[in-house]
Amino acid sequence: MKIKSPKEFWSGAMFVGVGMFFLIWAATHYQMGTAVRMGPAYFPVVLGGLLAVLGVAVLLEGLALEGPAVPQFHFRPLILISAGCVAYGYLMKPLGLVGATAALVFISAYGGHEFKWKEVTILYIVLMAFSWLVFVKGLTLPFPVWPAAFE
Amino acid sequence: MDILNNLIIGFQVALTWTHLFYALVGVLLGTLIGVLPGIGPVATIAMLLPITFNLSPVAALIMLAGIYYGAQYGGSTTAILVNIPGESSSVVTCLDGYQMARQGRAGPALAVAALGSFFAGCVATLIIAVAAPPLAEVALKFGPSEYFSLMVFGLVAATVLAHGSLIKAIGMVVLGLLLGIIGTDVNSGVLRFTFDIPELSDGVGFVIVAMGMFGTAEIIANLELKDKREIFTSKVSHLYPSMADFKRSWGPVMRGTALGSFLGILPGGGALLASFGAYTLEKKLSRYPEQFGKGAIEGVAAPESANNAGAQTSFIPMLTLGIPSNAVMALMIGALMIQGIAPGPQVMNEKPQLFWGLIASMWVGNLMLVVLNLPLIGMWVKLLTVPYRYLYPSILVFMAIGVFSLSNNPFDVLVMAFFGVFGYICVKLECEPAPLILGFILGPLMEENLRRAMLLSRGDPFVFFQKPISLGFMIASAILLVLVALPAIRKKREEAFVEEAK
Repeated sequence: MKIKSPKEFWSGAMFVGVGMFFLIWAATHYQMGTAVRMGPAYFPVVLGGLLAVLGVAVLLEGLALEGPAVPQFHFRPLILISAGCVAYGYLMKPLGLVGATAALVFISAYGGHEFKWKEVTILYIVLMAFSWLVFVKGLTLPFPVWPAAFE
Repeated sequence: MDILNNLIIGFQVALTWTHLFYALVGVLLGTLIGVLPGIGPVATIAMLLPITFNLSPVAALIMLAGIYYGAQYGGSTTAILVNIPGESSSVVTCLDGYQMARQGRAGPALAVAALGSFFAGCVATLIIAVAAPPLAEVALKFGPSEYFSLMVFGLVAATVLAHGSLIKAIGMVVLGLLLGIIGTDVNSGVLRFTFDIPELSDGVGFVIVAMGMFGTAEIIANLELKDKREIFTSKVSHLYPSMADFKRSWGPVMRGTALGSFLGILPGGGALLASFGAYTLEKKLSRYPEQFGKGAIEGVAAPESANNAGAQTSFIPMLTLGIPSNAVMALMIGALMIQGIAPGPQVMNEKPQLFWGLIASMWVGNLMLVVLNLPLIGMWVKLLTVPYRYLYPSILVFMAIGVFSLSNNPFDVLVMAFFGVFGYICVKLECEPAPLILGFILGPLMEENLRRAMLLSRGDPFVFFQKPISLGFMIASAILLVLVALPAIRKKREEAFVEEAK
């Protein structure tokens, strides 16, 4: 067996994987019920099965028809952008808006093509001022501005 | 005249200072993100949803709607001047718009785009006012089986009109339906797929999913490309089109408006499909098809009218049936729910101010766009010189604030990052995110209506084929699927999307 169209093959594999997971988890953890009184497992089992079947069809297509390769993954932006967002969320309480925004701006900027300390610092200050003015002062969102240690 | 009375109610609401202000904010923001490539109305509306919590329902909807149709105006500006579609729906405008700009006719191109859009906006507003009430009347008679079949039809249509492989699009819909199930089951109170994470007991917020799939994933994908943006800096002189331009444009504008209005109503339709369809139609009808792609004014007039008309008429199914026809409308429904309003046919009767105010505001907003945009074109073009390396951290900051403010919980941001990664994988595998979002928002509704219908019919699945309206939707869905599966049409559809992607 040779994978002729990797895009189709892996999409299919993803559908089968997710579909089977929902099907099996629902069937083993929740009650099926009957068609008249559907239990919590009914809908996910049917949909999970449907997704798995669709997945098999896509997967077979990937084995049968020629298709383009999956384009290369660029891990630098992928990891740094995601990490920046997560850092923002988890640093908000300990470090406040000042610290969280710094983490997000510097980490995500590092995921781009060029990184100049001076530029990014100015960008950070502008964004910080804007966030504070619009969201904290203007819309009165309850964000801590400074790190918890200073309050 | 009922419609007249209703429109008067609408204008009374839309013309108050507060609502004028929010319409202005909406259309300006919409134009801004329409001009800027790399951020679309879906991510913007998702970003602003948490903020609308502080507004009245009318103000919130007026602003969010303004963003959507404002983006169609903004998208054309960059398409014509810089050959970059700021919005996916202005991809085809690049073809002839940019050529016109290179021939020194940027002014007429921009003017025709704006005036065509305005005309389309006026017509579409009227269509909504005329068509929505009878549709809502019909929808009030819907029972669970009709609703279920309608949703099936909506989802099928959405996949048929999606890009790329049909099976993959259906797969994404089902995946979305499954993700929508996460959370507490309303009937039994059982926590489903929450894996003992307390934050998941209310389900995954769809704002978070939308921001991840359309926001962060998009940014990550954009960062792969080198920052290369050259501005076509010609002075925009003599804005006004000549008589000959007018003569050549009015036909395409009319046809574009008609086609766009029709395609906008279809589930899965909206601005994107409308602009593409209108361009193809004009090319077929034109007496000078050889000029297309070389600066034919019809190639600007038709798609620009069509995308604006489509953007507006796609509100019809959302307002009358409570069914989103595209990802933006799914977010609008979210905005209604945040405000504690259950979307559906009852909204028109129970909240006439909201309904007619929104419609009237669309016309007002379109007027603002024409009046404001032509003089402001220089400013919008300047904005394009801002490099992406400043832009994307700013977008990320706003998204992170938006998500965090939903419930002041870092977990939400984590989920957004997760869907960002997932969205990026989907981009690589060419799986469309839009059908997933539609499935996601309809998942719980579909399950609920399926359960009720089956309970009422005592477990007889043929109930969906016995009631006439329900049967109609089912037959329509089947016909659509069969049509698309037919080899000849399948080939046409693929060609169509290939041409569009160029």
